[in-house]
Amino acid sequence: MSGFILRRILASIPVLLVVAVAVFMLLRLTPGDPASVIAGDNATVEQLARIRDQLGLDKPFHRQFAEWILRLLEGDFGTSIISGTPVMRLIADRIEPTLSLALSTITLSVLIAVPLGALAAARQGSLLDRTVIALCIIGFSVPVFVIAYGLIQIFAVQLRWLPVQGFRSISLGIWPFAERLIMPTLALTFLYMALIARMTRTSVLEVLGEDFVRTARAKGITEAAVFLRHALRNAAVPIVTIIGIGFALLISGVVVTESVFNLPGIGRLTIDAVLARDYPVVQAVILLSSLLYVVINLAIDVIYVALDPRIRY
Amino acid sequence: MGRMQDERSFSSVARLTRRATLLGAGAMVLASGARAQRTASRTIRAVMHGPLRLLDPIATTAYISRDHGYMIYDTLVAADENFQPRPQMAEWDISGDRLTYTFTLRDGLAWHDGQPVTAEDCVASLKRWWQRDVMGQLLAGYTASLEAADPRTIALRLKQPVGFVLDALGKPSSNVPFMMPRRVAETPATQLITDTTGSGPFKFVREEFQPGVRSIYVKNEAYRPRAEPPSWASGGKPVKVDRVEWIVMPDAQTAVNALANGEIDYIDEPQVDLLRLLEGNDDIVVRNNNKFGLQVIARMNFLAPPFNDVRLRRAAMLSLKQESFLAAMVGDRRGYTLCGAMFVCGTPLATDIGSESLVRGNGVTEARRLLREAGYDGKPIRIIQPTDVNTQKTQPIVGAQFLRQAGFNVELLPMDWQTAVATRGNARLAAEGGWHMFFTAFGGADVSNPLTSLPLNAAGLDGFAGWPSDPELQALRIRFAEASNLQERQEIAVRLQQRALDQVIYIPLGQVATPAAWSARLRGVLDGPAVPYFWNMERV
Repeated sequence: MSGFILRRILASIPVLLVVAVAVFMLLRLTPGDPASVIAGDNATVEQLARIRDQLGLDKPFHRQFAEWILRLLEGDFGTSIISGTPVMRLIADRIEPTLSLALSTITLSVLIAVPLGALAAARQGSLLDRTVIALCIIGFSVPVFVIAYGLIQIFAVQLRWLPVQGFRSISLGIWPFAERLIMPTLALTFLYMALIARMTRTSVLEVLGEDFVRTARAKGITEAAVFLRHALRNAAVPIVTIIGIGFALLISGVVVTESVFNLPGIGRLTIDAVLARDYPVVQAVILLSSLLYVVINLAIDVIYVALDPRIRY
Repeated sequence: MGRMQDERSFSSVARLTRRATLLGAGAMVLASGARAQRTASRTIRAVMHGPLRLLDPIATTAYISRDHGYMIYDTLVAADENFQPRPQMAEWDISGDRLTYTFTLRDGLAWHDGQPVTAEDCVASLKRWWQRDVMGQLLAGYTASLEAADPRTIALRLKQPVGFVLDALGKPSSNVPFMMPRRVAETPATQLITDTTGSGPFKFVREEFQPGVRSIYVKNEAYRPRAEPPSWASGGKPVKVDRVEWIVMPDAQTAVNALANGEIDYIDEPQVDLLRLLEGNDDIVVRNNNKFGLQVIARMNFLAPPFNDVRLRRAAMLSLKQESFLAAMVGDRRGYTLCGAMFVCGTPLATDIGSESLVRGNGVTEARRLLREAGYDGKPIRIIQPTDVNTQKTQPIVGAQFLRQAGFNVELLPMDWQTAVATRGNARLAAEGGWHMFFTAFGGADVSNPLTSLPLNAAGLDGFAGWPSDPELQALRIRFAEASNLQERQEIAVRLQQRALDQVIYIPLGQVATPAAWSARLRGVLDGPAVPYFWNMERV
């Protein structure tokens, strides 16, 4: 196992290198640059050139890239060209809201969706099964922002039970932290619950049709034991995959939810940086997101082994 | 006695202790709530029109950076609601020959770090400002010397008399000549400052600044406001709160809901179609406190066909009708003004000469005739279409339709705002016919004076995108700069507009007056051309 992990870590290096090259080039090839943002409309060509020179944007691409990579290897992600704030500080400021929302959403989604999906599979064709399928379709189909606005209208504007927007760090109190996470979590849970429930149902149904399940039943094992000990565990692999990918997606950016509820997360940081052509920030966020996906994929693969002893690397 | 009594005693004590603890805890909760309320009433939470990113109001013309500048800096001179320059940090004397301006700093001026404001600081600040500002560059060209005569006196000597010195130093909008400590002002004008020390009514709390999330300002306890009542950015600037928080809220609906819920106090530019949700709510005030608002304009590429031909520029202008643009952009008739004045309706220089077709929309027939006369070849007119900025995305669509009706072949180029800015600023691309037209908007205060108006500056490649070159217009601008009284300036303004519209330097498409919205608990909200000003505001 440790050999497998080491091989995967080594394999991630070229992956991250490709991502680094791609994001670097894409940014430089996109029209506009931070110099034009800073210079503004009334800058002369000469002033623009001077700003580009000060920012090092007029250097050859390969030199800019090499300098960036060398600084990365020293752990320096650079400074935001637009705000002058260290990039890691910008990201660190956004981690808590992003992580909080991601963890609360994935936890709630899993707690609701896995049992629902499994039950739906166990009672295939029943009213429960059809209800779960309908809920999944609604969850896929209704845009998150529609659900978000609906929740705000009911719970914040009409009932005044919850604030409309904002984020409070948990260090400022449990309830101020929690009350601002409730609605965004619910809004996102509709979607993720639909994804996970649907995958759970499909996966469990597939396993329930397997020979070993029929054998288990034939041997007189109770239906509950068949379901929980045999079927669910064997169906877990794709479920874990979808949960892991969902978590990564939640971390790397749920911009619409962050915007509607005014949560200062990684998604908004990325979009703002792209629109402002803030190269160091965009590069850092995308690279770190890629690293996150690599780590989560690795974790999923390790969990596979725990779930299914037949899997060996 | 014995054990039973001990237990009862213990129970009594336990109950008392428990009760006392609960009461104490309850009292603490109430007290903290009350404290939070008292603290909250001394804090104003505002959603501005955009996120603050650039902290240097000299290096950039971005209005949010200008607004940031007004919080933490002050100016030597400031214009009042009658456009009259008034002393702010300094009084002045003008020599009899009008060649020497002597500014004397008033008492009690200090930077946020406690150091006194000196004339050398101000000289350095002005020299940095006039490297970037259009009006400042003009002033620099007329200046023989600018120096500190003594620690409190600034001497400006001109090469010849001009009439706009005080207007320049008191200009209300970007780039405002904010005063900074010398060490900060000596930063090259093309480099962003990092030190936000100022002498203004608020201090910027750098440690709490989160770009794209929030900006925090606290009262400058050492600031001594002038005694006069506030008038625009002039007069007294009394600060009546302890803290101002600018909260970035990307979703317009959320901002409106937050205001209605009492979570914020002020929205700078609420989306107009959402204002109906606030009207009728007695807890909210919706009012336009900046009557000059924005002037919407169309600008053509002078470097390449077809708009290097004045006949086709005229044809394009004649085909347009202001009302359609403004209705598409704003919707609510109360939010816009049809105005043919390049120097903005409601100002001393306003004139509607030459703009009749824009207001009446009766120029299409003449437009078609000019198209035939000029021999338009049918090649597509490429119009830049920003898709992600609310105030910019409708005009290209409306403009395209009008041009098509006149007989032009039109192609829209949809792109995000930054790409649009980069594209329109690319002179090489423009010379190759990469784009032919764009629409934008300027703050009314910025285009109300021919010397500050970027789009009016016909200096060719040294000017604003589009790059018209018109020596006659430039000569008129110089005459305006050298005019000595209002009447003379008004006469020149008429001729300027006549020439500018004849050559179609740019096309004024009316004024949008975006109301602000704020909590009824907010008092002392000021009017002005560069609002919101957070001094004088208090939360009751």
